[in-house]
Amino acid sequence: MPELSLTFDGAPLSARPGQTVGAALTDAGVVAWRTTRNAGRPRGLFCGIGVCFDCLIMVDGVANQRACLTPARGGMELRSGRETEAPE
Amino acid sequence: MTTLACDVAIVGAGPAGLSAAVHAADAGLNVALVDAGTQPGGQYWRHPDESHPVPDEGEGHHGWREFTDLRSRLYAHETTGTLTYLRGTQVWLIEPARPAGVVLRLAPATDPAPAAGTVTARHVILCPGGYDRQLPIPGWDLPGVMAAGGVQALLKGNRTAAGRVAVVAGTGPFLLPVATGLAHAGVKVAAICEANSPTGWLRNAGGAVRAPAKALEGVEYATALARHRIPYKIRTAVTAIHGTDRVESVTLSRVDAHGTAIAGTQRTVACDVVALGWGFTPQLELVLAAGAETTVDVDGSLIAVVDDRLASTAPGVTVAGEATGVGGAPMAVLEGELAALCVSEALGVAAAPGGPASEGRIRALQRDRARLHRFAVAMHRANPVPANWQDWLTPETLVCRCEEVTHGALCDAHTELGAADARTLKSFGRPGMGWCQGRVCGFAVSEIAARFANRPTSADDLRSMAKRSLAAPVTLGQLAALDFDDVHEG
Ligand SMILES: Cc1cc2nc3c(=O)[nH]c(=O)nc-3n(C[C@H](O)[C@H](O)[C@H](O)COP(=O)(O)OP(=O)(O)OC[C@H]3O[C@@H](n4cnc5c(N)ncnc54)[C@H](O)[C@@H]3O)c2cc1C
Ligand code: FES
Repeated sequence: MPELSLTFDGAPLSARPGQTVGAALTDAGVVAWRTTRNAGRPRGLFCGIGVCFDCLIMVDGVANQRACLTPARGGMELRSGRETEAPE
Repeated sequence: MTTLACDVAIVGAGPAGLSAAVHAADAGLNVALVDAGTQPGGQYWRHPDESHPVPDEGEGHHGWREFTDLRSRLYAHETTGTLTYLRGTQVWLIEPARPAGVVLRLAPATDPAPAAGTVTARHVILCPGGYDRQLPIPGWDLPGVMAAGGVQALLKGNRTAAGRVAVVAGTGPFLLPVATGLAHAGVKVAAICEANSPTGWLRNAGGAVRAPAKALEGVEYATALARHRIPYKIRTAVTAIHGTDRVESVTLSRVDAHGTAIAGTQRTVACDVVALGWGFTPQLELVLAAGAETTVDVDGSLIAVVDDRLASTAPGVTVAGEATGVGGAPMAVLEGELAALCVSEALGVAAAPGGPASEGRIRALQRDRARLHRFAVAMHRANPVPANWQDWLTPETLVCRCEEVTHGALCDAHTELGAADARTLKSFGRPGMGWCQGRVCGFAVSEIAARFANRPTSADDLRSMAKRSLAAPVTLGQLAALDFDDVHEG
């Protein structure tokens, strides 16, 4: 199956079709892609199913997407970053 | 924008919802099935993306044939138009419709586009399932620490192993498929830590349990553990997790029957993945939003109160699967069918006697459900959350991961401000007020509050952590796109 080519903070990242962004990062050995609002601690996947919001990532310029749910697509630009406010 | 009217709307396409949808459509009802996932199966039958077929689609699954049968019936009903399947769509609000029925408000699950929609149904069947129950442990916020179910979801849905060396810890039979799944994927499983000492099905797989399929699974797992040389440590807990920016090791402690760590038994084990699971927490926000009664189950989870036809106390709202009590996938499938048959009877489309919706079939399902329920109760009793788990906490341990609220801060909210129930603790200390809205820490905060007050955890503690204004996150754009009169006037 042809691999998909994405970027993570500008560096190339490959994914298998059907994988989520979070799985592709995990396969590449990346375990954290954002820092918390207060303590600036690293976070990545935790619940794996869209419940905990630890895995928030910027996808093609849109902030706060859940990496564990977002399907990887060719050409996607992923960016790590610091957490912004939660919605009330 | 979807605006749909149907006989029965089903929320969730896991084992319960999938089964409910197929049986309701079989019975001749016009069905809408709404699920946040992009394909059916829920948590249990999570599988690789169907649009990129793999030869061994059902690898690592139990009951895969049952799933593929239900799935092909689902797709057949979708093709004939008896059923509308709204994939990647979450329900974020449930309200009564006028003059009767129920309205569900929809939003795309991952796409931030403001495409709000509605489904209006004569009856709904809520099958929202649940997620791993968690207990805070020092260091559990380090990357590499995951919910056991999340590790399983990576394997089943993505064929991705969460790391190279894993420790699987918590309680309950679910730790076994997670550990053997990891081992099968080439991960070294350094240990399974079971906090309890289950005398039931693993050690006495044939006898203690009158559920043949489960006993067989027990033997299967025991064989797999031996083959992969996975140490299965009972009365053992991960009491601390270490690392700088990711997991590097864990402390294992022997624990007594109440979960108190026994001095001198601590051991450090190196690993890069920790999979934690303490049973499951049913997803109750829609049940609560519908105004249905809830209660505390034997495993300490908040569940929907249902009668023997799975009707909740809210008119037009039936509940099936984990939300009626954590009982595993076979019970969820059974409840889905039972719910569908009872609802089709209630809506007056019951088939002739002997047909799919006959009373005889309903009674048989009720009997089987009672049997599976007894089994589930036995499992819950054998695998309780250890009473003294809070002794593992330090003042610095994060309890609420989202708002970064430490155990020390909660202790202060109690001693300085007098907070002694979950609701007050939440308003003074802000646990459960962040992105996940208390889904992850809700159980723990309830238990912490109860311990402050020196009383058992109450349904009110759990309810105040489980009530959410919205059942799913929606953007301001989605909210702004709402026209609240569209339903009531229509
Ligand atoms: C991550 C995870 C992994 C698991 N893996 C295993 C395993 O390997 N083996 C095992 O024996 N048990 C496993 N379990 C337990 C097992 O999933 C349950 O016993 C079983 O799936 C229950 O079926 P269900 O239909 O009640 O719920 P689920 O399978 O949880 O299905 C519920 C569905 O409802 C959807 N949903 C919920 N709320 C909404 C909403 N508001 N709007 C739209 N859709 C919604 C969810 O997206 C989901 O697809 C796992 C549980 C979890 C949480
Ligand atoms: S890992 Fe929990 S929401 Fe993505």
